[in-house]
Amino acid sequence: MNVLMRIRRFDPDKDNKPYWDEFRVEMDPIDRLLDALNTVKWTMDGTLTYRRSCAHGVCGSDAMRINGRNRLACKVLIRDIGNKVTIEPMLGYPVLRDLVVDMDAFFDKYKSIKPYLITTDSEPGTERLQSPEERARYDEGTKCILCGACTGSCPSVWGNPDWVGPATIVNAHRFIFDSRDQGGADRLAILGQRNGVWRCRTIFNCADACPRGIPVTELIEQVKRAIVYGGDTKVE
Amino acid sequence: MYRGQSGMWSWLLHRITGLGVLLFLLIHVVDIGLLNFGSKVYNEGISLFGTAAVRVLSMALIGGLLYHSFNGVRIILIDFWPKGARYQGVMFAIVMALTIVSFLPMAYFVMGPVFGWPTGNLRGGA
Repeated sequence: MNVLMRIRRFDPDKDNKPYWDEFRVEMDPIDRLLDALNTVKWTMDGTLTYRRSCAHGVCGSDAMRINGRNRLACKVLIRDIGNKVTIEPMLGYPVLRDLVVDMDAFFDKYKSIKPYLITTDSEPGTERLQSPEERARYDEGTKCILCGACTGSCPSVWGNPDWVGPATIVNAHRFIFDSRDQGGADRLAILGQRNGVWRCRTIFNCADACPRGIPVTELIEQVKRAIVYGGDTKVE
Repeated sequence: MYRGQSGMWSWLLHRITGLGVLLFLLIHVVDIGLLNFGSKVYNEGISLFGTAAVRVLSMALIGGLLYHSFNGVRIILIDFWPKGARYQGVMFAIVMALTIVSFLPMAYFVMGPVFGWPTGNLRGGA
């Protein structure tokens, strides 16, 4: 399959502003878009810059805007995009070069909600047990790979880079609704602030962009309700 | 440009119709304020609402108000009904259907006098 790739390029050392570059590659329909990017980089233009690591939809490093929507390049098949594809860096992040964006602020926001188990009780002699139902309560949030596709798809983030964004809230949800965790009140207090959950306008781009199928907006709404109902995470 | 999905377009439309309704509110304050200058000035001012151009604007207002109202209910359901987020796409389709179904008869009566359509006992403007 002959594919025309339109790629948004930018090299801060050379370019005053971003520009479009085009490449034609011959690909198999069941190749991934990442294979097409690799073909360009390895055989046509070695300066093309993008992140990729595991190439199997687990590390989350190759999130980019593909035909106008945030996707992982390693999870998009050539047959699903056809003969022409537009590839741009994600919105909402400063562009470092070509398709590589600066995610420092993203990870700082992630750390702000204390994404680790917090307990105040003394250490148990055995494991911290929980029932399958209790485990299922926060299952969706555990699937997050921190690719940043949801945060980069959110108009509220584009308008206010200080907002924590959907990925941070999903990861807070993962602990707030964990029966073993005791730091939920702290996290709800953080997310109840001006730049917390309330800037979510239920636009749902995040849920559409998530390569792991996490119902991001639904989880954000659960956190909102937990705050409204005085921190009660058992209401649903 | 981000392509988004129904949720993004519903949000954008909600914002635009909200601003449109706010703009009308300001115009409304002015037209009601004409009463301060006596009945003659008020009646002359309000007669503008009977012209074809302002009737088209009135239709935009009606459509905007209807969409904003129905979508407002959808947003409340997303916020407070635990299953609301799951059905946001279906609810958006319902909002659009309700908006169109409610809009058409109103549009008929607003534009009727311009085209000479029968509108019963309703008077076509001032």
